[in-house]
Amino acid sequence: MIRRPFRWAVALPVALALAGLSGCGSSQPASSPASAAGGEATTVTVFAAASLTGTFTELGKAFETAHPGTSVKFNFGSSATLAQQITQGAPADVFAAASPATMKTVTDASLASAPTTFVRNKLQIAVPADNPAKVAALKDLADPKVKVALCAEQVPCGAAAVKALGAAGLKVSPVTLEQDVKATVTKVELGEVDAALVYKTDVIAGAGKVKGIDFPEADKAINDYPIAVLSKSPAADPAKQFVDLVLSQQGKDVLTRAGFEAP
Amino acid sequence: MTSTTPAPARSPGRGAPRAGRLPWVLVVPALLGLVFLVLPLAGLLLRAPWATLPQRLAEPQVLEALRLSLVTATVATAVCLLLGVPLAWLLARASFPGLRVVRALVTVPLVLPPVVGGVALLLVLGRRGLVGQWLEAAFGVTLPFTTAGVVVAEAFVAMPFLVISVEGALRAADMRFEEAAATLGASRWTVFRRVTLPLVMPGVVAGAVLCWARALGEFGATITFAGNFPGRTQTMPLAVYLALETEPEAAIVLSLVLLAVSVIILASLRDRWVNSP
Repeated sequence: MIRRPFRWAVALPVALALAGLSGCGSSQPASSPASAAGGEATTVTVFAAASLTGTFTELGKAFETAHPGTSVKFNFGSSATLAQQITQGAPADVFAAASPATMKTVTDASLASAPTTFVRNKLQIAVPADNPAKVAALKDLADPKVKVALCAEQVPCGAAAVKALGAAGLKVSPVTLEQDVKATVTKVELGEVDAALVYKTDVIAGAGKVKGIDFPEADKAINDYPIAVLSKSPAADPAKQFVDLVLSQQGKDVLTRAGFEAP
Repeated sequence: MTSTTPAPARSPGRGAPRAGRLPWVLVVPALLGLVFLVLPLAGLLLRAPWATLPQRLAEPQVLEALRLSLVTATVATAVCLLLGVPLAWLLARASFPGLRVVRALVTVPLVLPPVVGGVALLLVLGRRGLVGQWLEAAFGVTLPFTTAGVVVAEAFVAMPFLVISVEGALRAADMRFEEAAATLGASRWTVFRRVTLPLVMPGVVAGAVLCWARALGEFGATITFAGNFPGRTQTMPLAVYLALETEPEAAIVLSLVLLAVSVIILASLRDRWVNSP
C-alpha cells in the first residue's frame, strides 16, 4: 500500500532531471545547409551580441522579405561566449560582436578578416522610473547611500563603466557586478538598486521602468561593434548581403532608433 | 535516487557465489552511462593549464570564492535540514486535503529554471518585494546582494532534493516501530525523535548530501537574487562563469578546484556516514 507513492517519489525527480537536461544548451542553432544551389532554402546563421537582439531580429525579417528563399537564424548571447563557440567550430556565417576584443578572438583564429565597425554604443546612468535616490549626475553614484550595480569588468559594459568612472576620477562601491548588461538593467527595473551604468540602448529598451541620464564622461568609454562574415561560412554570398543590409541606410535607421550611434 | 536501504554486506575473503554472468542488457547501458557522466570531466582535465595551475590557485580571489561556496552551501544545507525534514514528515505522515498539490508544489524549484527562481525571490524578498519591503521597513534588513541572500537562493533551489529523499525514506520505513512506540506511551514528538528519525537517517544523510551538492553548484538563482561581488556573494560557480568571459583557462582551473573539493568532501562523508555498518 505504501509502495505506489514511493515509486512516484523516485520517478518524479528523475523525469524532472531529464526534462532539465533537454532544456539546457539549446542556444546553438541548427547548422546552416551547406549549399545554396538547387532552389533549396538557404540559411544565414548570425551570431550576434545580446544587445542586438531587437534590432537584428527586425533586420533579419526585412532581409527574409527582400530575399525570398533565404532565412536568417540568430544566436544571441554574450559576445565572449559567442566568440568561443565560433572558435570551437560552431556553424556561423556572420559574427556581430559588442566589442573589438571579442571580435579579435575570432580574427586571431583566422576565422574572419577585416571586420567593419557598424555602430557604437554609449553608457548612460540608468535609474528606476521614480529615481528614489535622486541621482542626477555621475558623482551621485559615489555616495555610499546610493546602491549601484555595475557590469562585471570581464564583460564589455563593465570594462566601459570602469573606463568612464576612471575618466571622472570617481570611486564607486557597487553592491553587485552583474554578469551581463540585461541582468544589470533588471536590477534597476525591479528597484533593487538605485542606479547602474548600462548602455543607452538598454535604457531605451526598458523605457517606462527605467530612466536614462547622460553624463559627459560616457564619451571616454564608447563601445565599437564590429561585424564580419566568417571565412568558413558555407553561405558566404547571402551572409555578405546580410552584412550589407546592416551597413545600409535602412540598417542605420533601425539601429539608431534603438539608441545606437553611427560610427 | 535515494539509498534508503543499507548496502548489501560484502562477503569477506572468498568470492561471493555468482548467480550466472552479468546480464549485458544492464552492463552495456551502465557503462555507456558512466562514460557519458565522466567524459566531460576528462575534457576538463585534459584542457587544464597544468603549468600555471599553482600560481592561479594562489590568487586570493579563488580561495575567497571557494570559502564562500563551502560556507554558504553548508549553511543552506542546515537550513534545508531544519525546514525540509519536518516538511517531508508532513508529506509522508499527515493526511489533509490538497496533499497531492502540496507535494507537487514542493518540486517547483526543481522545474523552475534557477534564473526564474532568482527573479521570483527578488519579487518576494527584494527591496520592493512583497515581504522584502516589510523586512526593510521593520528591521532594516535587505537580503539581495548579501551573503545571507546567497544562502536563501541556494536553500530555495536545493531543498526539494532533501525533501524528496527524506519523504521517500519515510514512506519506505516500517511504520510498525512507530506504532509500537506510540502504544507504549511515547508522544508523537518522542516517536519522531527516538524512532522515526534514526530509522530514516540514511535517507536524511543521502538527501543532505544531494542538497549540499546542489547548493554548491548553484548559479542561476544566486547570481540573479544575490548578485555577484567578490568576497560577499561571488561563489565558485559565479567566478567560473565570469572567468569564462575572458579567461577560459582560469575557468577550467576554478571548475577543477570546485570539483576536487566537493568530491573529496562527499567521498569522505560517504565513507563515514552512508556506508558505515
